[in-house]
Amino acid sequence: MNEEYTISVFSENHVGVLHRITTIFTRRGINIESITVSESEIHGIHRFNIVVSSTEVLMEKVVKQIEKQIEVLRAFFYPLDKIIYQEIALYKLPVEAVQNGTSIEHIIRNNHARILTVEKDFLVVEKTGHKQETQALFDELKPYGVLEFVRSGRVALSKSPQRFKDYLDAPELGKRNTDEEVRELAENN
Amino acid sequence: MEIVAEKKPKNDERKAVRVSGAEALILSLEHEGVTTIFGYPGGAIMPVYDALFDHQENIHHILMRHEQGAVHAAQGFARASGRVGVVFATSGPGATNLITGIADAMIDSTPVVCITGNVFSPLLGTDAFQETDVVGISMPVTKWNHQVTSAEEIPDAIAKAFYIAKSGRPGPVLVDITKDAQVNEFDFSYKTCEGIRSYHPVPALDNDKLKEAADLINKAKRPFVLFGQGIILSHAENELKAFIEKTGIPAAWTLLGLSALPTNHPLNVGMLGMHGNYGPNFLSNESDVVIAVGMRFDDRVTGKVSEYLNNSKVIHMDIDPSEINKIIHADVPVLGDAKESLSALTALVNENSHEEWIQRFRDCDKKEHEKVIKNELFPTAGVLTMGEVIRIMSENAKSDAIIVTDVGQHQMVTSRYSKFVKSKSSITSGGLGTMGFCLPAAIGARFGAPERQVIGVIGDGGFQMTIQELGTIFQTDIELKILILNNHYLGMVRQWQQLFFDKRYSATEMVNPDFQTIARGYGIESKKIEKREDLESGIKEFLNFKGSYLLEVVVGKENNVFPMVPAGCSVAEIRLE
Ligand SMILES: Cc1ncc(C[n+]2csc(CCOP(=O)(O)OP(=O)(O)O)c2C)c(N)n1
Ligand SMILES: [Mg+2]
Repeated sequence: MNEEYTISVFSENHVGVLHRITTIFTRRGINIESITVSESEIHGIHRFNIVVSSTEVLMEKVVKQIEKQIEVLRAFFYPLDKIIYQEIALYKLPVEAVQNGTSIEHIIRNNHARILTVEKDFLVVEKTGHKQETQALFDELKPYGVLEFVRSGRVALSKSPQRFKDYLDAPELGKRNTDEEVRELAENN
Repeated sequence: MEIVAEKKPKNDERKAVRVSGAEALILSLEHEGVTTIFGYPGGAIMPVYDALFDHQENIHHILMRHEQGAVHAAQGFARASGRVGVVFATSGPGATNLITGIADAMIDSTPVVCITGNVFSPLLGTDAFQETDVVGISMPVTKWNHQVTSAEEIPDAIAKAFYIAKSGRPGPVLVDITKDAQVNEFDFSYKTCEGIRSYHPVPALDNDKLKEAADLINKAKRPFVLFGQGIILSHAENELKAFIEKTGIPAAWTLLGLSALPTNHPLNVGMLGMHGNYGPNFLSNESDVVIAVGMRFDDRVTGKVSEYLNNSKVIHMDIDPSEINKIIHADVPVLGDAKESLSALTALVNENSHEEWIQRFRDCDKKEHEKVIKNELFPTAGVLTMGEVIRIMSENAKSDAIIVTDVGQHQMVTSRYSKFVKSKSSITSGGLGTMGFCLPAAIGARFGAPERQVIGVIGDGGFQMTIQELGTIFQTDIELKILILNNHYLGMVRQWQQLFFDKRYSATEMVNPDFQTIARGYGIESKKIEKREDLESGIKEFLNFKGSYLLEVVVGKENNVFPMVPAGCSVAEIRLE
């Protein structure tokens, strides 16, 4: 049975690492639901968050293939309940949407969203949350004529007390050695 | 006063000299101890070839006839010598021609460094003449690759390339150097790479795992060792021998593990896999503990995975963590370098013998001999068999000869029936099964081990895939023995058609040219043998000839290789006929 997994990859910030990582998924026919990449808490080390729907067994193998890439420092995978995560969504609406009374303001308030900007012809609403939440707001705003909508990939942090830097500083925590360790990490994190 | 010891410059940290990027590349290669390069020039790598011109005393460049051949030659060189093979190629078609070879080196863990030239960096991405995204194309089939766009980066990129290619589980790397990086000048100095923070090539030994493994082995009734190329790559031949001799455990090899243990060692029970020996396949599922060392459970070895080793505890020893549990669940994974792991494990296991269990293998051997081997190796009438040719070749070859094979029936027969006493004596394309591998790889092996006899055994089909490398033999004037086993078919495919497609021989018959005429054109001595009475003398003449020699032996058109584990079947369903 497929489940949603979030894979966190820590890598050097070099040209081509993204390609190396994505081909690992492509080759196995795994569709990437979302992906984000940005610099991590450590200067020069980038963090990927990759969301896929897959199985634990396959995730173990894929994560090991990712770690095998020379420029990858570590990779982890987590089921949903082991991470804190968010996505951000932006909604562009015609300016008439606010002029037509208070209901839209109400919707924005109730959804803990906010108005980022109001221009001459349009306004932009921003909401962070899980996909269901940003989707729910989209559905509510739809009748007002959403002109454009964009949702980011997932950003996620593990619930583990371990900091990534600990892995870097302690050579014995370098790349993982056994599958048990993989599973332990997946369970404890 | 505190005395601060002055850091002595390492001998490879030379004083900087101002050179072009191309010159820096050659100097870097010299620092890495490179003496042999296989390559092919072209526009985008001309500055490098120009720089090479001044270094011909130290570096021997072998002009191949195709870039694919250059990689295979580098692979043959690496596998025969244990060193890194080096390849030069130009951009565009030169670079894309490398890909088959690189993919082969990747799946067979062969250390190769490929250097490609590329267009001037401002032209990258503009569809300039002979511009190809070789870094993108080669990414899935390289252990690491990198594009260099400035001369200053060259020494570090080369140092890293060699370090990555040869450390841990070896593999091919590619460094693409733009033309501006080749021509611009900078102050060169070299420092070999000693580590990369994101890369841990050799996992640390885990003593608890070793103890668990030893425990299993000490209690085992029918233990079985499966070994692969990892033994050769980590120079663990003696450690393997010590381990099996102490424990009395029978050992079988994968195609790439061949020659790591002498063929006549009493505990060597033969070859695993689809066309391996009967005993090692049939008895796999009767073993209670399997010790798999430096092998990766390829599907040609396991047969139907769900019916493989179901009654065994598996101890999997490998240097690459991603191999653990990839195909077969490891009850005890032992990560590390095989040499280190095996010697540590040997210290922990009890002396033992397993005579009854080994007798089972001998019984299987008898059965295989009766049903297959006898007729294959000692036929008295009818068409020539590949087996008898290989038997006579092996009997008459130098004891430390390197046998290089191509892909097909002749490959299986040669691997099954050649006798080896020395490691690194069998070179073949295993994981990728690349037809056309043999001829260039044999050329490379010749340069990798110039003191040894090198014999290439090739099918009539595969020979014609890289036949142009006869030109390389001609030009370099090396002594190479080429044995063509001509069955006038793409034999291995024809065998499948016969067994599984109702003998519908679709596109497998070969109408071949006169190979003697072709050989003669390249100045290579050649003879064709069609009769049994000429075989032995013909092979002797072939092997004793001073210089290269192409011997074509016409063998049975519709002979099959047995035993065989049909695709999708369990190893226990191995067929003898
Ligand atoms: C490049 C390549 N193309 C196709 C194949 C598929 N293939 C495997 S064995 C074989 C037949 C080889 O024929 P030949 O070289 O004559 O050797 P034989 O089996 O007859 O000994 C073919 C076509 C391959 N392995 N490699
Ligand atoms: Mg043939």
